[in-house]
Amino acid sequence: MSDSDDVTTDSDEESSGYTDNDVITHAHGAGGGQMTELIEAMAVSRFADSEADVGLAALDDGSVQPIDDDHSVVVTTDSHVVTPLFFSGGDIGRLAISGTVNDLAMMGATEPLALTSSLIIEAGTPQSTVERVTESMQETCEEAGATVTTGDTKVMGSDEIDTLAINTTGVAVVPRGNHVPDAGLSVGDTIIVSGTVGDHGISLLSEREGFDFGGDLASDVQPVNDLVRAAMDAGEVTAMKDPTRGGLATVLNEMAGKADVGIDLDERAIPVSGPVSSAGEVLGIEPFDVACEGVVAMGVASEDAQAVLAALQDTSKGEDAAIVGEVVADHTGQVVLDTGFGRRYLTPPEGEQLPRIC
Amino acid sequence: MATNADDGDSELQFRDPEKADQLTEELQSLMDDIGEPVNVMHVCGSHEQAIAKFGLRSILPDDLTVRMGPGCPVCVTNMPEVDEAVALAEEGKIVATYGDMFRVPGTEKSLADAKDEGADVRVVYSASEAAEIAEDEPDREVIFFATGFETTAAPTAAVLTADPPENFSVLSAHKYVPPAMEIVAEMPDTDVDGFLAAGHAAVITGYGLFEEFVSEYDTPAVVGGFEPIDILFALARLLEFIRDEEAGLANAYQRCVTEEGNVPAKEAMWEVFDTTSGEWRGIAEIPDANLVISDDYAHFDARERFDIDVDAGAADPLTEDCICGDIMAGKADPDECELFGEECTPQDPVGACMVSSEGTCKIWLEYGGQPDL
Repeated sequence: MSDSDDVTTDSDEESSGYTDNDVITHAHGAGGGQMTELIEAMAVSRFADSEADVGLAALDDGSVQPIDDDHSVVVTTDSHVVTPLFFSGGDIGRLAISGTVNDLAMMGATEPLALTSSLIIEAGTPQSTVERVTESMQETCEEAGATVTTGDTKVMGSDEIDTLAINTTGVAVVPRGNHVPDAGLSVGDTIIVSGTVGDHGISLLSEREGFDFGGDLASDVQPVNDLVRAAMDAGEVTAMKDPTRGGLATVLNEMAGKADVGIDLDERAIPVSGPVSSAGEVLGIEPFDVACEGVVAMGVASEDAQAVLAALQDTSKGEDAAIVGEVVADHTGQVVLDTGFGRRYLTPPEGEQLPRIC
Repeated sequence: MATNADDGDSELQFRDPEKADQLTEELQSLMDDIGEPVNVMHVCGSHEQAIAKFGLRSILPDDLTVRMGPGCPVCVTNMPEVDEAVALAEEGKIVATYGDMFRVPGTEKSLADAKDEGADVRVVYSASEAAEIAEDEPDREVIFFATGFETTAAPTAAVLTADPPENFSVLSAHKYVPPAMEIVAEMPDTDVDGFLAAGHAAVITGYGLFEEFVSEYDTPAVVGGFEPIDILFALARLLEFIRDEEAGLANAYQRCVTEEGNVPAKEAMWEVFDTTSGEWRGIAEIPDANLVISDDYAHFDARERFDIDVDAGAADPLTEDCICGDIMAGKADPDECELFGEECTPQDPVGACMVSSEGTCKIWLEYGGQPDL
């Protein structure tokens, strides 16, 4: 950004009010309020989507666009960067495929039609690294029943990018009206979580901080379209999100806000693995505040809750699935956590999670 | 199936909701005996963290108010101390510090700002990790910007007494708890019926240290731990003293705290540090509450080794509206501040209470404050 005047006169007559001091910070990518503000200001206001069943303004996991009277196309895209590239439980390749397959699945589209893959690589990166990553992408695609049909490769100078970034886009077709928006919760719905939460975030933070908690921590990164299919076949799923950036706390608050309902959660029912819980205490980070990459949080019509739970628990990825709460009419837009001792609000974390010390 | 219930036995013992119910009933019955509102002050961010995280305020008797005093060492670190660290980092030296300190605003900049502008600032977990950086980078000066109460001052002392590398030094912002409790007890408009003292600092100093305080200020104190049962149990002991109008002292954290404390740690601490008077951000000039490096270890004192040139610029004008001082003195709650959650957020903090995970404002924001639940 060279000159604030350029910025303010560029787009329209109205001054946007940005100055040279207004720059993009990590907080704009951290999934919190600042990111939403940025997207609203930069994208939502510019691209009208009156044709869409679910458009940009919905800020959902993907868009849903009718293509004829009976079908809609679901599109989603995601860029992936992670340090380190290879981590306990996965790697950037598995993350890039799972992320996009899962975003499609969160819209109710469990059969990906095609994926694209775009790699931006730093010059000097060993070819063997790229080979390992693409091998992993292939394996993950096979697991998800997906395939990459087109792609792109760019190389940038050393230090112009950190080793490797991957963008993937996914496309799927669903029967019209069969998509699941994240705004679909109604009072009385049951909240189900498909597996233990916090594994990816706590595992990566521990690895980055150089803590060895005995090798019990691993990312949960995996495609969950099969899980979602099992759930949707068993009962009425009213809303879904995968708790990636910002974790369970963020997505539940988002779902409550969009549907104008409240959520009551029972902390003791929320599955957290022993090692994640312990490591979280050491790091001073709540498992509810960090990313999962292979878990779904869903609202289910209460009469179907037991059937959906059983269907999830029947799959290998859903053994730890649990009913964790319900949708209520009180405290709209907010999530209240019963800790077993008292009750408190579960608020979305702001910005980057820094380990705590004192 | 993996759930929270998989946690170790010791944790379960102190996180038993049934015991919590019994203790809550005991608290209510003690409050009934007392028959008037009671104000308890704790002086430890870890207590605030636990109270908020477990939602304990929602189960305390209505007339029992538990407020946080000047219990966050990061929050009370004065802006010029941050400015010194920023100046050293901007001169090209490596500055290592705890994550809590990273975003604390100085007069104009935080260490996070300095890092964004290219300075070499490292977040570490311990003083010894900072000394390891010095060992790994023998050609660079490595300064550990040290903060915290006795709990972290003793480990800093341990590193300095163990012959650290010559390129290692310490910029001390360490604080000492007891004088701060005295200041709060002396404030004319502070209304504190009893103190919940910090268990982990007492691990080092021993609970015996508080005997003088209790008799001099005629206010009871109970040393408490950090699990929900620890806190409720300590509050019950404190209410007993208040009911009996007794300025007593009790140790409700017996599995960790002794009367004497950790004697070798105390010895190392007083070998390396002297106390001196200094400004605690937002509170007051407090006598003998800052820990500075003693003459014997002056060669590891960053303030002796370097001529620190602080050119801090101008403070954020919003700091004039910040009521961190009142909050840390227990006179106000975060939601009484106009900036709370609006201009002042963890991402862009105005006052230090919003920065540290032990800061009252950050904790209130993170856990939804003191909700009407």
